[in-house]
Amino acid sequence: MDWHQLWEIVSAPDNVPIVALIPLLMFYIFLAWKQAKGNDELIAELETQPAMAKTHHRTTWPFRPGWQKEVHVWPFLLRIEFLAAIIVTIILMVWSITLYAPLEEPSNPNLTMNPAKAPWYFLGLQEMLVYFDPWIAGVVMPTLIIIGLMVIPYIDTNPLGSGYYTWKQRKFAIGTFLFGFIILWVSMIIIGTFIRGPGWQWFWPGQTWDHNRLIYEVNRDLPDIFGITSNLGKGIFGAIVVGGYFLIGGFIVHGLFRRYKAKDYQRMSFLQYNIMMVFLLTMIALPCKILLRLLWHIKYVWITPWFNV
Amino acid sequence: MPEAKENGKNDNRVGLLERVKAGVKEDVRSLKTEMPAKIKEQVQGLKDPTKTQVYTSIFRHKHDDTPRNRALGVLSNVFLHLHPAKINRDAVRYSYTWGMGGITFYLFVVLTFTGVLLMFYYHPSKVQAFRDVLYLEHDVPFGKLLRNMHRWAAHLMVIAVWLHMFRVFLTGSYKKPREFNWNIGVLLLVFTLLLSFTGYLLPDDQLGFWAVTVGTNMARATPLLGHEGPFGKQLGMTPYNDVRFGLLGGSIVDANALLRSYIWHCIGIPIVASVLMIVHFWRVRKDGGISGPAPVMLSEEADKPRRRVE
Repeated sequence: MDWHQLWEIVSAPDNVPIVALIPLLMFYIFLAWKQAKGNDELIAELETQPAMAKTHHRTTWPFRPGWQKEVHVWPFLLRIEFLAAIIVTIILMVWSITLYAPLEEPSNPNLTMNPAKAPWYFLGLQEMLVYFDPWIAGVVMPTLIIIGLMVIPYIDTNPLGSGYYTWKQRKFAIGTFLFGFIILWVSMIIIGTFIRGPGWQWFWPGQTWDHNRLIYEVNRDLPDIFGITSNLGKGIFGAIVVGGYFLIGGFIVHGLFRRYKAKDYQRMSFLQYNIMMVFLLTMIALPCKILLRLLWHIKYVWITPWFNV
Repeated sequence: MPEAKENGKNDNRVGLLERVKAGVKEDVRSLKTEMPAKIKEQVQGLKDPTKTQVYTSIFRHKHDDTPRNRALGVLSNVFLHLHPAKINRDAVRYSYTWGMGGITFYLFVVLTFTGVLLMFYYHPSKVQAFRDVLYLEHDVPFGKLLRNMHRWAAHLMVIAVWLHMFRVFLTGSYKKPREFNWNIGVLLLVFTLLLSFTGYLLPDDQLGFWAVTVGTNMARATPLLGHEGPFGKQLGMTPYNDVRFGLLGGSIVDANALLRSYIWHCIGIPIVASVLMIVHFWRVRKDGGISGPAPVMLSEEADKPRRRVE
């Protein structure tokens, strides 16, 4: 156990935001979960008691008839904003006095940094470079993430859960978002920061970053396993596998969605449904490809003269 | 004419002298009596500065603690009037809002302030940039603090934006009628990351240089528009005309890349982001204020129009 190495990575000033991000995320997930639980219990109670549902004020916070429903922004909101500004300023002050912004040697194109890492918020994408070619990891994926985020309001047809925390009314939406944000985005950043060392090799926490380490790995392509050697054969095989993934995967998701999300399925238009399918299947394809690579050392699934997937 | 003039002269001379004497006497008397009265009045007036013309010209309403004045305090102030006068009593609960949108905006203000100060000490040229940072760290009073604060506020802003988006998602706040504002928010997220990324190169050290080299190398692989991307070669892309060349102003990360990232970082993206922020905040108000905390809906009410719970 190389504690010095571990401390060096964790205490690198530019890694501090990620070290801070983990407890922050845990705290806010807890905060959201606590309120979602309260609301879900209230909803369950009101759904069994229609009489109560008609008179109840429908929040978990106390409210009595005769109380004002609204409060003045001055001072009730502005004092919070002022306080928040002061607290953030104090945090920044302390942070800036105690931790120095990193400054390495002057830039030198002839001396490559190893590992050469992108800023921490892009490390998820850099980690994807292990599993995908740059045109997918660096260009297509960020584009799909942005477009995927933008279509969310137009494909989420569930009218429930607008303006309050809930889990039971939006299991699918929240589950998908948590999967994309926590499992794919944040955990890839954590791997990229703390696990990936020189040569972008995998170093467990506490393992010394050995710059001379060599790993003997033979990566194969999926067509090779099936003994396909001709370029044309590889191209057609890959198209079938990728197309098959989307068709069969889409069929399975369709079967599940129709059964377990019947109301959402009913509400969604043809276009909404298909857009959701494409983004959902693409997102699920990510961990599939990662597993193919990590477990069976498969580099490419689809090989063509122009691009490889 | 001359006669009249002579007469007039004599009369005037006598009259003038007397008039001047009388006038001066009057002036002296007024200084003795009227001025003290005015001073008294002035002092009296200054005891309540809120009644002075200067004050009332700036603050157009009174500040006695009445509901009307509380509302006016927000509505008649250009900086505060983004807020409504009154909000949902539970909308001030931190556990609901997390306050991350406001903190993001505050960090943007902090970054603009420290960023402008940093610009006074920085030349975006290959020869000067790194030396400027050294100078800033070692010779400029509070220079190190300034640079640290700019960097950490930038990191914090990225985290705050993510948490803001996370909260908005968890409370379903992107749902009707806020779909469009969610989209503006996604763009703002992208521009926040780009702002941070373009700033990374500016110290011109190994860290920034290689981070930007790694980052922009991906642009080589852009489908159609990059010389190593799918179908790039077929479309005639080379290292000297593809999208990466356009980003860097060259085929390598060099002086032009430094200048480009400086201009994007200090002028281009902040302007675009500011415009989007204006739209974002405006739409928050126009879409009915923040989304909640709204009364919970029951599943049987899902497809009915929303009922107001009294």
